[in-house]
Amino acid sequence: MSAVTSSAPKPLLSPALMATLKVLGIFGAIAIAIVVLVQSGAMPKGSIGHKVLAAPFIDMWDLPDLLVQTLWEGLVAGVLYALIALGFVLIFKASGVFNFAQGIMVVFSALTLVGSYEIMTQRMGLPPGTVVAILALIIAIATMFVLAWLVERIVLRPLVNQNEIIMLMATVGLTYFLIGFGEYIFGGNPKVMITAQLGLPVGQTQFNILGGRVNIQHLDVAAAVIASVMIAGLAFFFQYTRIGRALRAVADSHKAALSVGISLNQIWVIVWFTAGVVALVTGIMWGARSDVSFALEIIALKALPVLILGGFTSVPGAIVGGLIIGIGEKMGEGYWGPLFGGGIETWLAYVIALGFLLFRPQGLFGEKIIERI
Amino acid sequence: MLHVSPNTATTGIAKGEVLLSVENVSLRFGGVKAISDVSFDILKGEVRAIIGPNGAGKTSMLNCINGFYFPQEGHITYKGVRRQKVRPHEAASSGIARTFQNVALFKGMTTLDNIMTGRTLKMNVGLFWQLLRHGPAMREEIEHRRKVEDIIDFLEIQAIRKIPVGKLPYGLQKRVELGRALAMEPELLLLDEPMAGMNLEEKEDMCRFILDVNQTFGTTIALIEHDMGVVMDLSDRVVVLEYGRKIADGTPDVVKADQKVIDAYLGVAH
Repeated sequence: MSAVTSSAPKPLLSPALMATLKVLGIFGAIAIAIVVLVQSGAMPKGSIGHKVLAAPFIDMWDLPDLLVQTLWEGLVAGVLYALIALGFVLIFKASGVFNFAQGIMVVFSALTLVGSYEIMTQRMGLPPGTVVAILALIIAIATMFVLAWLVERIVLRPLVNQNEIIMLMATVGLTYFLIGFGEYIFGGNPKVMITAQLGLPVGQTQFNILGGRVNIQHLDVAAAVIASVMIAGLAFFFQYTRIGRALRAVADSHKAALSVGISLNQIWVIVWFTAGVVALVTGIMWGARSDVSFALEIIALKALPVLILGGFTSVPGAIVGGLIIGIGEKMGEGYWGPLFGGGIETWLAYVIALGFLLFRPQGLFGEKIIERI
Repeated sequence: MLHVSPNTATTGIAKGEVLLSVENVSLRFGGVKAISDVSFDILKGEVRAIIGPNGAGKTSMLNCINGFYFPQEGHITYKGVRRQKVRPHEAASSGIARTFQNVALFKGMTTLDNIMTGRTLKMNVGLFWQLLRHGPAMREEIEHRRKVEDIIDFLEIQAIRKIPVGKLPYGLQKRVELGRALAMEPELLLLDEPMAGMNLEEKEDMCRFILDVNQTFGTTIALIEHDMGVVMDLSDRVVVLEYGRKIADGTPDVVKADQKVIDAYLGVAH
């Protein structure tokens, strides 16, 4: 009988916790330094230092309702970023492909939804309403399945084992195909999301708290709830079911997955379909806040900093990364934006991601690559 | 989908009959001949060793059998059926399981999950119930989990059930990999250097497991191994490859005495 070795005793604090504490410590030290500088008069009111380092925090303290409002908006944006990033992570984990087309899949799926609703109500004369909207939703989901199946057949299968850059180029090709195809079928004009018809709440509620008013859009609440449920559901599915296990197995080692009888082709269809459904949900939520148009595609670029932050292979990373980027962006825009003349939302996410990269090149939750030499 | 369980008469192949035969198989990678015109057979219920110096084509042979490679010439007949191009998951569903030379486990997953993946082909409740993880899906999960726990008991790895396998020492990883292959309840088990990099005690354990699997479950085993002592003790018959060609085939005693084999291992004075 051999004794099975148990793992080494755990350190008192996990490395992740240690890193968090370190970061908090650094921020704490900076905060104390700022207070000292302001109090000692070294940084008079109106100076650049005061404007950048002190004034925004004083504003937050003075107008807590505005702070709550900003945080809430950041949270909602963050959840939606997390959803987009999740689409990328799913495909990257299972097939090692960075799916450039994820952004256009968001637009394409939303267009299919709205487009088929329009066709059914306007050309086929069906009564507008929830029933037709649900029908359109089913059509959109089915379309995403067909798309996943076609991608596996036409793009992934012939290119299996090719270089990553070749796979990336293939998804770039897919992006342009979907843009052209989408415009051909649904036209290039922006469409209005069928929010109310789908049974999503519209309108807003005002809360009087902290001596002010906070506005909460019902749609945002729905978005946050649906996205959270979806992410939790996917995490659960991955952890505890046969197909989930097979997905993780494929993500870990193709060779070993094949040897236990997992079919890569089937798994790829499932993964792309799941990513397609995630894209559809993202498209509905995002489309409801603006319009459904090809301009939405650029939100995929917003997923990049989220992925850099969270690590390309981590589902929790996508969530935390999304929240950090979403909240960071709204806070930055609200409190520091005026210093730059506004509009910093477009690039701030990348700066935040860069800042993180300096300290953790593998991302917050990414796998640290250790090479034995 | 074909479901095979071992040691049943459903396949119609009795102990001692030919389970798999390799006929005149040649495999080339571009201009490099990995295997040239090799023939041998594996009998139901035996432990068959494939040995030879490095680069002799042993692993390539296993890869042909489980469908990773397609030989350009020759045939492989399995359970009396001459196979056309077989893909790995098809080979797996027809009852061929394997382990790898350099362990191929799912490193981020626990021991339990790794072995559960071996049950993939035996589980067939649809996506719908799995999404709910209720009813049939839950019953299936419990049933297969029980089988997996039996395997864990058999391999004496209860203590590492919930540990991600990437953190385990090499010897234990090899054992988990064997567990995953056993979970498939294979008819033919291919082991690629199951004892490489192990110390004496670990080797003895592994030998015991291999013999137990062979004797209690009646599983046919084909193994590649470099430790001659182990090979001679474990196997019923040995096939020797050198530079992609077969140079000897027979019982351990016969092979040991073969001049060609001695030359291949010790070198010849020119």
